[in-house]
Amino acid sequence: MYSLIRPALTLFVLLSAITGIIYPLATFAIAQVGFPAQANGSIVTRGGQPVGSRLIGQASDAPGLFQGRPSATSPTPYDGMASGGDNLGPSNPVLAAAVAQRAARLRAANPEASGAVPVELVLASASGLDPDISPRAALWQAPRVARVRGLPLAQVRGLVARHTQPPVLGLLGEPRVNVLALNLALDDARPGVEDNPRR
Amino acid sequence: MNANPWFQVALFLAVLFALAWPLSRWIDGVLEGRLATRWRWMDVTERGLLRLVGSGANEDMPWWRYAGAVVAFNVVGLVAVYVMQRVQGWLPLDPAQLGAVSPDSSFNTAVSFVTNTNWQGYAGESTMSHLTQMLALAVQNFLSAATGIVVAIVLIRGLARGGTRTLGNAWRDLLRTTLWILLPLSFVFALILVSQGVPQDFAGHVTVHTLQGAQQNVPLGPVASQEAIKLLGTNGGGFFNANSAHPFENPNGLTNFLEMLAILLIPGALVFTFGRMVGDRRQGVAVLAAMGILFLALYAAGVHWQAQPNPMLAHLGLTGPSMEGIETRFGTVASMLFAAVTTAASCGAVDAMHDSLMPLAGGMPMLMMQLGEVVFGGVGSGLYGMLVFAILAVFITGLMIGRTPEYLGKKIGVFEMKMTAIVILAVPILVLVGSALAVLVPAGRAGMLNPGAHGFSEVLYAFTSAANNNGSAFAGLSANVPFYNVMLAVAMWFGRFLIIVPVLALAGSLAAKPRLAVSSGSMPTHNLLFVVLLVGTVLLVGALNYVPALALGPIAEHLTLFGAH
Repeated sequence: MYSLIRPALTLFVLLSAITGIIYPLATFAIAQVGFPAQANGSIVTRGGQPVGSRLIGQASDAPGLFQGRPSATSPTPYDGMASGGDNLGPSNPVLAAAVAQRAARLRAANPEASGAVPVELVLASASGLDPDISPRAALWQAPRVARVRGLPLAQVRGLVARHTQPPVLGLLGEPRVNVLALNLALDDARPGVEDNPRR
Repeated sequence: MNANPWFQVALFLAVLFALAWPLSRWIDGVLEGRLATRWRWMDVTERGLLRLVGSGANEDMPWWRYAGAVVAFNVVGLVAVYVMQRVQGWLPLDPAQLGAVSPDSSFNTAVSFVTNTNWQGYAGESTMSHLTQMLALAVQNFLSAATGIVVAIVLIRGLARGGTRTLGNAWRDLLRTTLWILLPLSFVFALILVSQGVPQDFAGHVTVHTLQGAQQNVPLGPVASQEAIKLLGTNGGGFFNANSAHPFENPNGLTNFLEMLAILLIPGALVFTFGRMVGDRRQGVAVLAAMGILFLALYAAGVHWQAQPNPMLAHLGLTGPSMEGIETRFGTVASMLFAAVTTAASCGAVDAMHDSLMPLAGGMPMLMMQLGEVVFGGVGSGLYGMLVFAILAVFITGLMIGRTPEYLGKKIGVFEMKMTAIVILAVPILVLVGSALAVLVPAGRAGMLNPGAHGFSEVLYAFTSAANNNGSAFAGLSANVPFYNVMLAVAMWFGRFLIIVPVLALAGSLAAKPRLAVSSGSMPTHNLLFVVLLVGTVLLVGALNYVPALALGPIAEHLTLFGAH
């Protein structure tokens, strides 16, 4: 037995040092030099203050902001330290009730919106931190945002178009709009003045 | 939805096979020692480290000693991961001061990461310190993957060698696999992930003030280094609770594609390595074809059923497929491909919440696991599982035509069939008995989140995932309680080592037999007929074991949901 335990222990310690200390530290060193912004959370700043991460969605349910996916994180939506979905099954009546309530609230808040409610505005994301919505879900909200902000609808729709990211290489993933980037651009928009892409 | 499901999967498989082929040569060269002969630096490093380990590098082990070494190595890992979680509060790199993990959760997680399952009862960001993540959990991501690979290689050696009792040196195989296969691949992949936005630092979190004036904590940590090996080693344990659905683990469509490739890369390459090592590449291609057929069939079923809008929500006037539990940047097609990939391999990373998938779309990953994790399967474990099925297939055909069954020139005798029976029956027994017990006792039923048939699906999925060492979940199940932590740990441990030890015994017995020349009487195992037989055997065993249980879960839910609306 001893002839197995001693090598098992030493090999374990050796490989732990290599894969558990040297490897993450080497990755850390190169990442911090080569990709500092990404390696530290893709933080977005405004006037020197961090306002969010480009990759982490945040609650934005004020009428003048584009709204993201419903978030199931607990205790509050978009809690960065508690990612996760609501895990409601497709046949669960709780899901149907929650969706009906969200749809009714959206319709009330967007009286001028035309057409069916886009599904991803009423169905919760997997991470609870989804930073994106589909272009369709953004355009659906555009009339409300334009009214509250006092901006021409065409200008708001133009902003949505400008912030629509196509799938990677046109192949991988879905077209999407980063809600934080869009809302930041909205804050800079002046009626009739074309978007100034200073970010 | 821009993504055509057939184009997506064709592109994926094409890139996968193009990468797996060269890797298969590399794996062969590393493990059979040819590269160490060619490159002096590699040889010197290996020898130096093995001298530290204190094992005779040239000791050639019989199967039972090899098995003893593998089990001893894994038991050391088990103890280390357990202790690390219990004492993390006193160790450095715990910026959020999370403190010790509970004894039952620590035990479950230790078994989970040692067995390559990576079932997670805990939520990473609020449970594990950075040090535990990188020095306990990520280390096991490497070592459990290496364990799977060396066991598969030993079974191949058993088939390729003849008239010998020895199968190689476990310490040298584990060292070579970790250093020269897993480490370089992980390092490159981790840096690609960082470039796309996966964090790699040691801060706790950044506090930001959102556009609405609220405070939000953005979590950080050594994510990229762990993410890379999580996928390459088919481990699947996420740094964060949301796993590969978390934007910091999987930021965009490109990383999603690369993560799927990473999951199947080594399992795919090992099948080519198998053909190479037994000296007949067609044997590897035949096994791969059988895997591919099963994969495509189940993927197509998943995409089809997830594209159906939920009938219970039809009256609300929504547009689009069911996006519940699915991230916007991936959409339903890429999410179903990921679900198929992660359960075909025993990975268990998820980029969507399987619990919220449509009933039969969620049944797809469940069935994929229930086939025994042999559709590509986990690194190593998928190949040795599938080779055991190949032995069963030649045995069944041998019975049909009245000949002694043979695989690759090895006569399959009573001992081989006993080991095969253990390997094939152990996991279904763990799954079905475990699920039955859980729904019989109040502690088991208390964990269900969803009512009705779906609640049963959550329990069935949990035991399927644990015993097959997958690790994905219908995550609504409240599994971080002593009952499930202990029950699932038992399922994971025996689902791993009740396979590995008989497989090594099988390898030992096969190695001792002479390799007979192929005669006109032997059944070829590289043609279409054999592929069909192999697919049929896998499906038959899976169906016989699991159809009754599936009928009570996903199938019942589907019929009620679509029948009632």
